[in-house]
Amino acid sequence: MRKVAIIGVSCTKFGELWDISFRQMIVEAGARAIEDAGIDGKQIDAMYVGNMSAGQFISQEHISSLIADHAGLVPIPCTRVEAACASGGLALRQGVIAVASGIHDIVVVGGIEKMTDIMTEQTTEALATAADQEWEAFVGATFPGLYAMMARRHMYEYGTTEEQMAMAAVKNHHNACFNPCAQYQMEITVDDVLKSAPVDSPLKLLDCSPITDGAACLILAPAEKAKQYTDTPILVAGTGQASDTLCLHDRSTLTGLRGTVDASRIAYKMAGVGPRDIGFAEVHDCFTIAEIMAIEDLGFCNKGEGGKATEEGETAIGGRIPINTSGGLKGKGHPVGATGIAQAVELVLQLRGEAGKRQVGGTEIGLCHNVGGSGGTVVVHVLKRGD
Amino acid sequence: MEVGIVGYGVYIPRYRLKVEEAARMWGMDAERVKRGLLVEEKSVPGPDEDTATIAVEAARNAVRKAGINPQDIGAIYVGSESHPYAVKPTASIVAEAIMATPDLTAADYEFACKAGTAGIQTCMGMAEAGMIKYGMAIGSDTAQGAPGDPLEYTAAAGGGAFIVGKNGSDTLAAIEGTYSYTTDTPDFWRREMRPYPRHGGRFTGKPAYFKHVLSAAYGLLRQLKLTPQDFAYAVFHQPNGKFPLQAAAELGFKKEQVLPGLLVIKIGNTYSGATMIGLAAILDQAKAGDRILAVSYGSGAGSDAFSLVVRDAIEAKRDASPKVLDYVNNKVNIDYGTYAKFRQLLVR
Amino acid sequence: MKCGFCNKVFFPPRFSCPVCRRKGTLEPYKLNGRGKIVTFAITHVAPNGFEDQVPYAIAIIELEEGPRLTAQVTDCDPNQVKIGDEVEMIFRRIGQEGSDGPIYYGYKARLISPYTLRANVK
Repeated sequence: MRKVAIIGVSCTKFGELWDISFRQMIVEAGARAIEDAGIDGKQIDAMYVGNMSAGQFISQEHISSLIADHAGLVPIPCTRVEAACASGGLALRQGVIAVASGIHDIVVVGGIEKMTDIMTEQTTEALATAADQEWEAFVGATFPGLYAMMARRHMYEYGTTEEQMAMAAVKNHHNACFNPCAQYQMEITVDDVLKSAPVDSPLKLLDCSPITDGAACLILAPAEKAKQYTDTPILVAGTGQASDTLCLHDRSTLTGLRGTVDASRIAYKMAGVGPRDIGFAEVHDCFTIAEIMAIEDLGFCNKGEGGKATEEGETAIGGRIPINTSGGLKGKGHPVGATGIAQAVELVLQLRGEAGKRQVGGTEIGLCHNVGGSGGTVVVHVLKRGD
Repeated sequence: MEVGIVGYGVYIPRYRLKVEEAARMWGMDAERVKRGLLVEEKSVPGPDEDTATIAVEAARNAVRKAGINPQDIGAIYVGSESHPYAVKPTASIVAEAIMATPDLTAADYEFACKAGTAGIQTCMGMAEAGMIKYGMAIGSDTAQGAPGDPLEYTAAAGGGAFIVGKNGSDTLAAIEGTYSYTTDTPDFWRREMRPYPRHGGRFTGKPAYFKHVLSAAYGLLRQLKLTPQDFAYAVFHQPNGKFPLQAAAELGFKKEQVLPGLLVIKIGNTYSGATMIGLAAILDQAKAGDRILAVSYGSGAGSDAFSLVVRDAIEAKRDASPKVLDYVNNKVNIDYGTYAKFRQLLVR
Repeated sequence: MKCGFCNKVFFPPRFSCPVCRRKGTLEPYKLNGRGKIVTFAITHVAPNGFEDQVPYAIAIIELEEGPRLTAQVTDCDPNQVKIGDEVEMIFRRIGQEGSDGPIYYGYKARLISPYTLRANVK
């Protein structure tokens, strides 16, 4: 099995892109990634694209064909991958597996979501399809409601506070100010978060990631050939994926995601590293509590201490383990299918030293963590500077 | 007559609208209304309740008191003026929810407020004939009064379920006899597709309620050769507090015999559930040997009268599910705005 | 359903025991409807069909026999709900498919009140 490297990246601006269509985003993200990799379109062997719900957001399925078509890459194989909010991370993993196996050489991995062409209520409903329709959504549970229930239990068992959760949002907004692609470039305070409108108590509006349009793209190549294309290839040192029960009430724990623990263990093992070796990470903060649980489940701090670690600044850009330097889903935005890819893009930029004002210093290993729904799918990748 | 009640149960929603609240809204004198109707407040169903959900909880409570296997129920009849569907029975929803399906017959009844007691009579006949082992009759309603109409003070929600079977050791009250009086009298009606009923004002009194209630009661007393003194309790249909007290007095019953079954003061008129809930309240406190007269009334018009004699088995069965007063007392007062929202008087 | 081999109870019904796999045979098993609130949230932004009930408590409930489920806690002020509260499962209207489609009935939870405790639930 060959080692895989990332030789090119791109990310569109994330936000409410009223004037930019799904098809335009494909071209923009794809073209810039190819440019960044310094390859010719003709060299691409295959594409994997993560997208949660084009069917519900723009009434379009079969987007694998649509994307290949509009990217000008027909007739190469193009595969659409779906795992709710983990669609992007899963597409990356599929691309990695394809290159590692030797079946393909240069593979484009993308993620894309256009969420703002329908009314907010419809978007919320579409996102709720990540939960169990018969036993959760049917009885009135909303997607934020599921995370709110985890938050309340986490607060009950570990004393995590709403203030600590708010601090994750504050940090991520701050980081996003240094990310030109981020949806938000504004600072917020803990007070702003606490005073924002309740959505599903204890989660408030500013505890929740936004609705966003956006696309991101990576170009993968076999590591042994990567230097032909770039001086700064980034190795995919480890990839891990795990499934868990769809319903939150069927999980073995309500204060963390077992999927994160399982997937990260596999990725760590493959990369030959442990949590202590990770210099920084992009984690799936669809809600502030998700970031707090993620840093615990990934092993960056003890179970129950995620709130304290955030409060004490350990996860800030200058801290012990910077988390979500890109701004995370909260500050950068969360175009569902694109998120997993955008997380990897941030890791690549950081490892290349191209992260500008949000650059993390002295690190060679990063981790990205992408979750589907309330934890039914988790995908983790460990990226390393390839020398 | 060889049949009796094997189990009974009720359900009354938690929410209450006080007369004061509705009166305040329409600029009426609350005290005058309360004196005139002898009603203090009425029950209001929550936004996730309807005739079917009320019927199911009453039915489950009845099955618990009866202590029977629901599969032994051979017939279920639900009487109501507010079935959730115009076409599709409530009875089958109840049957499924209490696990009585599939080997039974079921149907919905309509006869204004006496649809439930009509069901009791059907079950009596079927049980006595040996067609079924047990039959369940339910009267359940979420009545609607037009905003500003006097009915708004009393149109309430609730349900009662009675399980009938051949007399045996599990009978908690034997039915000695039943007598009905029916004429075509348009005192109160609702046309298809209309949201609210209409009524004939003063015509709903003497020529309607009293004519039928009294005729049915006299008919039964004559048939069984009984007098009011032979009874420990009497319960009548209760559209307000005054009518049943007046009917009782006219028949020769004392106030003390009627008050235990007079729930309307605290919960309003639960329509098809009214007489059945009143009867249940009496059974909640009656002793073996007590004789009870129950007379329902349904506009249109008709009355079903029953004479029951309580048996020993009631002592053991009574506490198996909540009593009427448990539901009456477990209440939350709401304001008119909340009431309007719950009853969908306000459209978003 | 209850597994005849390992005695674990499942809700909703399953057709293969995830613990015993082929060794277990699943038989129908009636739950008594009592449980405890393990965690809950108060929903302010409701999904379609639940707007009129906002704010409401949505909870994960652990039934006495073991299985957990998600349900709305109805007939109460959601601010009064606490982790550990005892509830009973009741039959209520969940929603409807428009004004001319079928009505959905299902289960919701209700906080145990003093009178419920008096009833001997079998």
